[in-house]
Amino acid sequence: MSETGIGAAVKRTEDQRFLTGAGNFVDDINLRGQSYASFVRSPHAHAKIKGINTSAAAAMPGVLAVLTGEELVADGIGPLICGWNIAGKHGVEAHNSPPHHALAVGKVNYVGDHVAVVIADTKAEADDGAEAVEVDYEVLTAVVDTATAQDNTIQIHDEAPANLCYDWEIGDAEATDAAFADAAHVTTIEVINNRLIPNAVEPRACLAEFNKGTGDWTLYVTSQNPHLHRLVISAFNQVAPEHKLRVIAPDVGGGFGSKIFIYAEEVVCTWATRKIGRPIKWTAQRSESFLSDAHGRDHVSKAELALDADGKFLGLRVNTKANLGAYLSTFATAVPTYLYATLLAGNYTTPAIYCDVQGVFTNTAPVDALRGAGRPEATYLLERAVETAARELKIDPAELRRRNYIQPDAFPYQTPVVHQYDIGDYGASLDKACEMADVAGFDARRKESEANGKRRGLGYSSYIEACGIAPSAAVGALGGGVGLYESADIRFNATGNVTVMTGTHSQGQSHQTTFAQVVSEQLGVPMENIEVVEGDTDKGPFGMGTYGSRSLVVGGSAIVKAADKIVAKGKIIAAHSLEAAEEDIEFADGIFTVKNTNKSLTIGEVAFTAYVPHNYPEGLEPGLHEQAFYDPVNFSFPAGVHICEVEVDPATGETDIVRYTAVDDFGTIINPMIVEGQIHGGIGQGVGQAMLEAAKYDENGQLVTGSYMDYTMPRADDLPSFDVGTTSTPSPLNPLGAKGCGEAGAIAAPPAVINAITDACGVAHIEMPATPEKVWQACQAAE
Amino acid sequence: MPTISMTVNGNAVSADVDVRTLLVHFIRDNIGLTGTHVGCDTSQCGACVVHVGGKSVKSCTMLAVQAEGADVATIEGLASGDEMHPMQAAFKEHHGLQCGFCTPGMVMSAIDLVNNNPGADEATIREQLDGNICRCTGYHNIVKAIQDGASRMGG
Amino acid sequence: MNSFEYHRPGSVTDAAAAISGADDGKFLAGGQTLLAVMKLGLAAPSDLVDLGGIADLKGIQVKGGAVTIGAMTTHAEVNSSADVQGAIPALASLASVIGDRQVRNSGTLGGSLANNDPAADYPAAILALGATITTDKRQIAADDFIVGLFETALEEGEMITSVSFPQPSKAAYKKFKQPASRFALVGVFVAQTPDGVRVAVTGASSHAHRAEVLEEALGNDFSPSALDSVTIPADGLNSDIHASAEYRANLVKVMAIRAVEACG
Repeated sequence: MSETGIGAAVKRTEDQRFLTGAGNFVDDINLRGQSYASFVRSPHAHAKIKGINTSAAAAMPGVLAVLTGEELVADGIGPLICGWNIAGKHGVEAHNSPPHHALAVGKVNYVGDHVAVVIADTKAEADDGAEAVEVDYEVLTAVVDTATAQDNTIQIHDEAPANLCYDWEIGDAEATDAAFADAAHVTTIEVINNRLIPNAVEPRACLAEFNKGTGDWTLYVTSQNPHLHRLVISAFNQVAPEHKLRVIAPDVGGGFGSKIFIYAEEVVCTWATRKIGRPIKWTAQRSESFLSDAHGRDHVSKAELALDADGKFLGLRVNTKANLGAYLSTFATAVPTYLYATLLAGNYTTPAIYCDVQGVFTNTAPVDALRGAGRPEATYLLERAVETAARELKIDPAELRRRNYIQPDAFPYQTPVVHQYDIGDYGASLDKACEMADVAGFDARRKESEANGKRRGLGYSSYIEACGIAPSAAVGALGGGVGLYESADIRFNATGNVTVMTGTHSQGQSHQTTFAQVVSEQLGVPMENIEVVEGDTDKGPFGMGTYGSRSLVVGGSAIVKAADKIVAKGKIIAAHSLEAAEEDIEFADGIFTVKNTNKSLTIGEVAFTAYVPHNYPEGLEPGLHEQAFYDPVNFSFPAGVHICEVEVDPATGETDIVRYTAVDDFGTIINPMIVEGQIHGGIGQGVGQAMLEAAKYDENGQLVTGSYMDYTMPRADDLPSFDVGTTSTPSPLNPLGAKGCGEAGAIAAPPAVINAITDACGVAHIEMPATPEKVWQACQAAE
Repeated sequence: MPTISMTVNGNAVSADVDVRTLLVHFIRDNIGLTGTHVGCDTSQCGACVVHVGGKSVKSCTMLAVQAEGADVATIEGLASGDEMHPMQAAFKEHHGLQCGFCTPGMVMSAIDLVNNNPGADEATIREQLDGNICRCTGYHNIVKAIQDGASRMGG
Repeated sequence: MNSFEYHRPGSVTDAAAAISGADDGKFLAGGQTLLAVMKLGLAAPSDLVDLGGIADLKGIQVKGGAVTIGAMTTHAEVNSSADVQGAIPALASLASVIGDRQVRNSGTLGGSLANNDPAADYPAAILALGATITTDKRQIAADDFIVGLFETALEEGEMITSVSFPQPSKAAYKKFKQPASRFALVGVFVAQTPDGVRVAVTGASSHAHRAEVLEEALGNDFSPSALDSVTIPADGLNSDIHASAEYRANLVKVMAIRAVEACG
């Protein structure tokens, strides 16, 4: 391993700019003559718009335009889309898909819904203008509750009877019923996966500009996937043709899924900039982020696990109601279906699984992918069921898991729910986690806590997730509207340094460092001579972006493929220069050598030759610049075991995580420092979901947790330091052997925490977030 | 419109601004130092933390006029030339940042924290960091960085 | 934020003149609440009279068995004051758990009391310590100062100049934080004073209040076990998304016990 190659804990090259205040986020960018947008948002969860009077607003100082849905539709701007079709039970071919205009037409469907936009010279004037827009609403009864939305007599959309988007199923219902018929024991749980608000610390923002001279648009936007933004805004919203629209996502201050989606504000500003002839900037206030960023999770589920007399899992039956919000966000439909129920086998050999999911509309903000996207929901459900079964059967929870693990020699392993796992050794992770967590010493620690009037509990979470989304053909077969390959472009410059461009985009994942390490390893070029470029559709090749822990697995693989092409061409050039046969040229550590000789050329010398091709192979194109698209052959399957140990104060319900151990198998790790950082952050979010965070609407559809005064973000004193370890079974299915690490913590942590707290309190279940009050009540109930 | 003058990172600055202008907007829009960020509207996230008169404050909850004549320090003023402030260096060394958005406020808070609690242990650092929210790191490496930054600042 | 006329007087007299000349003027102390609500459009004063330039409103003095703190003294200054730490350590400690580090650097004693948030910490301190609030017009006993939800005895345009806290023989404050805002879900201040035991509770109801049941129990026996048999009724306590009245009632008792324990 070189000092900067694969496996080295290289310090990040991104840090210089962020640590010195030189980062470049969307709101830091200002264009000459820019104006400001302020959105008029619905104060009602569900209402008819009887009229909008914009004349007072239009007359306000500085106001340049007041635009509503009527103008938007008249200009032929298409609705926001959902890119994944879900076919339902009984041969239903498509989910119900009500139109979602970027500015409401006739009706508003959640608090925060976009009614009109006011554009003015200054932000304050735009805000004042927005306050002056008069909207006449006829307030309708709101549908809010996930579990009962289907039974509600109020129907939100004409296109969705019973507020149902889809009724979907996966697995073999008959085989699962048969498994239950043979069961010695059935464990039944009912759980809610609490609704979350993503809260990247950088609020969403956009800045759109139309150049009258060239007829080109430029959109600066907080995006995890600038190419996807361009594709959707051109092909579907029809604001600008794809080749005339440049989308730039500069530094992005956290995304966690929330900046995948194409939002109303971005479409409206790109559309309106041409109308008013000036650049338009919009930056969300945090209160707007709470209302209108796509939320996450929000499942209500029932699960039954059938076991035989030895504790072997025979079957799993699940029903889930998933809240999709008022409209379908960009990938909303896929999250509670293919990203969720396909993970219900977990690490286990459960032979029969059946799950059905009702995706429902409610008068709440759209719900879409949030760090983990479906896999946290699956893991929470399954690991709560397994833990509950272990307690009911009085089997050690680690032992029950071990008894049901898919064994290392069983791979590739076909689960009953679509996925074929490539490789893994779950027992190894469990062993290592138990040792690191000193599970053997837990009883003594518990007694010590009890002597101090406290209670102590231990909780496991054994998880698997599907990352590296995803083989395009498989995605297409399941209803996905896009291919999920990734691209890379490696350009040697004549002076021997390298520009690497990809279609992914970092929002904190450290691509600039990690990808440079991969290129350094593959091509033997020092890291300081490698520039990684992302986030600009005019620079990099078309790619699908960063989410689903895919950037290294898919994007990194594309980089390896492009590097392979560079080496292949380099060999032809080197053979010519060194007067040897191409097959005798070997490449290692940046040097082309004629086999068994000391004749060699550096890759820099070869690059120079490629750009100054005076003495050059006949018929070979000049230049050393290669591109590759990589379409994965399968998902990757990171897995691991997290163990949480808590101490509870029964007098107040206050819960301290006294020890948190994570052992994860991510296959090949490029930069262990960065991977540990991803794990820490994921666990932080997972603990947030388990103990602190909840998006709550009241019965009228008002968001009652709409600021940091009421929505509890994890702070430093809410979290412990974490003990992090790894095991490794490199994926055989991608050239790096990588699996993806960005979401594991958020997936694994919630059941580990709740299993620990319920263990401490001696109760079967506590709903997330396990606030001090709920824990106190549980302690009272257990007494 | 009042003319507001103050010292920012050792430089005298002055601008005519609307009296409503918050210090953070004065710094970002009038002085053009965009390292100080706005992450919330309820004074909780801490992305906007700067030092006024040597103490950390949330520049989104202070009017620019209140800082008339004050000595203000922002993230841009910490490094001396190419040499980072010890706290900046510690954040890099310990991977105390990911997306980098909360980082300027976090570093400014960390320096104030250490100035007031030079020997702070992990628990104290975690408690005293309650005015800053980070969504990326789970705080693990931030806390390590501040511990190391404290010893670098002391040494 | 709506626009306003800005004043920065150099004396209490000038401040009083500025506020009396305004249609709907407000004093700007540390601004940690007022600016926040103005940003959200929930307050729109015609004039802001910034008290930050009045030297007379700052400072801490220990004299005649009392600690007198200027209204514009920040929470951080109270917390780090050796005088406060020596005379009333519970008060110094209370100042360290208000808001967050930056709020403590800006927020002031006078600002907090004038705002009288139902979950603020200082109102519990003035009640339990039997403090006297001095304004530019008069002196007000703590028991008369706290009137209701965000309501105090202050009249229109009346300005707190200092607060005098008699030194107790023992005192402690225990706070259970609302996890998001870090205000008090429940805070209990217990003090043994020359006038007997005083106990004040904040966060639990519409405004900070004395807890007679606890005072009575502790008046007979100032020990944690004296509270074992006390029942705090949930009636009248706040119930919201952060805590039910029952839970708050439990916390009042538990925080009171822990405060007495902390008195040593």
